[in-house]
Amino acid sequence: MKRNVINECRVSFSALSVNEGYARTCVAAFAAQCDPTVKELSELKTAVSEAVTNAIVHGYRERSGNVELILRQLSGGLIQLTVRDKGAGIADIEQAMTPLFTTAPEEERSGLGFSVMESFMDRVSVKSAPGKGTTVTMEKQLSVHTRPAEPELQTT
Amino acid sequence: MLRLYNDGKRMTAAFSGDIDHHAARDMRRELDEVIERSQPELLIIDMEQVGFMDSSGIGLILGRLRAVRAFGGDVIIKNARPEIAAVIRLSGLSGLLVEGEKNETKCN
Repeated sequence: MKRNVINECRVSFSALSVNEGYARTCVAAFAAQCDPTVKELSELKTAVSEAVTNAIVHGYRERSGNVELILRQLSGGLIQLTVRDKGAGIADIEQAMTPLFTTAPEEERSGLGFSVMESFMDRVSVKSAPGKGTTVTMEKQLSVHTRPAEPELQTT
Repeated sequence: MLRLYNDGKRMTAAFSGDIDHHAARDMRRELDEVIERSQPELLIIDMEQVGFMDSSGIGLILGRLRAVRAFGGDVIIKNARPEIAAVIRLSGLSGLLVEGEKNETKCN
């Protein structure tokens, strides 16, 4: 199925923990157009919160930098979220994605960030290299039953 | 955000707002201080006023569970809305979840 991009939004914000809430608000505002269910909205917010926290805690190790958030809405109710940092990067992605694995136990990181992303989103992919930063891309298909017809399908 | 009520050997910690990595850090400090001081037999975490929680909340709960169990106590979580219970279940802490008020005496 060919999907058209209906909306794309790019936000860059400072990698400070106080801005984690801002990232969730961005996602909630962006997804509102697709009329998500309460559950879907909560899952999108939780997934983005995990990825943004990883960027701040592990990518930048709480030093200064910017986190880029790219939000896409595709036809048919598909939401794509990308969280990108230019921080430390991940040497072993498979290990990083293993449930309960954490490099920051003293900070009480539970090691469940990727598990939450994978369980709440349909697809999660990670691109990373040490010193180059990390890009996490996630997709979620929203239920479409209450959504009005897509603009390009309407006839006048 | 956090409000604490002490009732003998029971302590209720009413969490509120968004529990993310940013909020969890302050809550952790505050909770540890009071757990250390009053060594509760039962710590009741009330999630009624929590609108959002990610895995940072799991780290927060897990750390306090260890602290309370070190004194021989236990922890229960009540009033978690479905989205928050879903995160808790992912962590394997679903045994701490109780429904409503009547099961509060679980560990007694």
